[in-house]
Amino acid sequence: MTKRENYSLNFGPQHPAAHGVLRLVLELDGEVVERADPHIGLLHRGTEKLIENKTYIQALPYFDRLDYVSPMCQEHAYALAIEKLLDIDVPLRGQFIRVIFSEITRILNHILNLTTFALDVGAMTPFLWLFEEREVMMEFYERVSGSRLHSAYFRPGGVHRDLPDGLVEDIERFCDRFPKKIDDLEKLLETNRIFRQRSVDIGKINKEEALNRGFSGPCLRASGVEWDLRRNQPYDNYSELDFKIPVGTNGDCFERFLVRIEEMRQSIIIIKQCIKKLPNGPSISNDPRIVPPKRNQMKSSMESLINHFKLFTEGFHVPRGETYTCVEAPKGEFGVYLISDGTNKPYRCKIRAPGFAFLQATEFLSKGHMLSDLVAIIGSLDIVFGEIDR
Amino acid sequence: MKNLNEKYIKEIYQLIKSLLTFCKCELTIIKGEISLNCSVKDLTKVLLFLKDNPSLGLECLIDIAAVDFPERSLRFMVVYSLLSVSKNFRLKVKVNVSEDASLPSVNEIYSCAGWCEREIWDLFGIRFKDHPDLRRLLTDYDFQGHPLRKDFPLTGFTQVKYDNELSRIVTEPVKLDQAYRNFDNLSPWEGMGKYLPGDEKSDHKND
Repeated sequence: MTKRENYSLNFGPQHPAAHGVLRLVLELDGEVVERADPHIGLLHRGTEKLIENKTYIQALPYFDRLDYVSPMCQEHAYALAIEKLLDIDVPLRGQFIRVIFSEITRILNHILNLTTFALDVGAMTPFLWLFEEREVMMEFYERVSGSRLHSAYFRPGGVHRDLPDGLVEDIERFCDRFPKKIDDLEKLLETNRIFRQRSVDIGKINKEEALNRGFSGPCLRASGVEWDLRRNQPYDNYSELDFKIPVGTNGDCFERFLVRIEEMRQSIIIIKQCIKKLPNGPSISNDPRIVPPKRNQMKSSMESLINHFKLFTEGFHVPRGETYTCVEAPKGEFGVYLISDGTNKPYRCKIRAPGFAFLQATEFLSKGHMLSDLVAIIGSLDIVFGEIDR
Repeated sequence: MKNLNEKYIKEIYQLIKSLLTFCKCELTIIKGEISLNCSVKDLTKVLLFLKDNPSLGLECLIDIAAVDFPERSLRFMVVYSLLSVSKNFRLKVKVNVSEDASLPSVNEIYSCAGWCEREIWDLFGIRFKDHPDLRRLLTDYDFQGHPLRKDFPLTGFTQVKYDNELSRIVTEPVKLDQAYRNFDNLSPWEGMGKYLPGDEKSDHKND
């Protein structure tokens, strides 16, 4: 009998299925994965160290650059954390705008994830269909904040600027049109034989194991845990909104896919409700200690000019304290553990990225599966390296 | 809603207080968040208890964060953020540890602790006893030092570049065309001090 030896394979870091810069050291027995050791840190930029050296408001744009496909949700967590430490309230209109854009962000993220996942397992069409819609939503981003990706739009106390004229109507029109595209996507993949063979019963994880491994978001819900921070620990005005939480049973790649599809539909429902209820009024708090004065005030009032100058040089001081604040980001629980020492810079800002826990579980999920299934597992976990490497 | 929440947190606080009698620990509520201070030797016992007690059910370890306080004798504070999905509350377990001591690894209790502990070892240099695989996680393969300590400079010590002549990647001491300027905007209204910052030509040496 001939002696068989395991085969070591270096997967990535430059591989389209690695979704960024993942380097996996694999040990294969034939084509079966025996061991998978992710080497991360290729995108490490020291965000946490940089944040310690910036004022609170200067640190905000770093959050766009963490998970670069869902920027606004991360700003949301950071803004909520500062608001909690400062003990300030956000005006109702500001909360509604934040929720509308959080949900737009969720759809943006899920489109990217679902279509690239489909691409990884061999379906090209969804990618072409839905990226067109993604571009439309990026335009909403641009109209409201001035940039397509790194928006820096959610600020402590509310949002940077009110919605421009006509945007609400355009978002509403989009919401009427978009569910059709979700149906198309679902029809194309849900009953597709190849797609099912590549994803059903692949990368299964049960309830207990998912919790023990720190899963959150759609990956946890696909395993059958009804847990959504928007419902269970609501922030902003989520407690007033009516939406359903899709839950799976099996916890495999296919159900993670289905949960995300349904979440997009629910996001559309949430956006529609918010547009219907959208109140008038200010979109950001009027507390001059935190929020800069309006540009036209600065033209005529010296005090406003000084206030503006102070806010953008010294920044505001945050009272001594600490908080762990989290939001339901599209990928899962995104949290900020913020410690303030009473000065104008955070003493420590620990970022909790949902993808970190998912990637850690890759070995558990892929053990005993084929090498090609590993690609499907990574695709279904929704991994983005900006947030994992920080 | 908010009042109801506060009441619930108080209830949980009382419950934990009545249950945790086997070791000395300190419970506080700050801004509606419960935190528990315990000693290093009780850590595994406490975490195991919190996870397995059915009336608490803290089955999920969200994150482990370390904080550096260079002026304290127990230099580092390590914070374990726990979440109870069944009872819907959060708890922070805090331990203080000195620079040369080590913490017990909780990888056996929570499977997701492995990488969090690797990250803390990498960025803070806190060691974890009985960790199965304590390698660096985020920094480069042969990186030196622990960058998130407060005494590690923001610009670091080394820079990496591709050397055309040697045709390989080389590591060299960091060289900046302009030094990192850390403006002290904390108290600009108090007036200038005796020395101008950055005025190297003056006779007065910076003290």
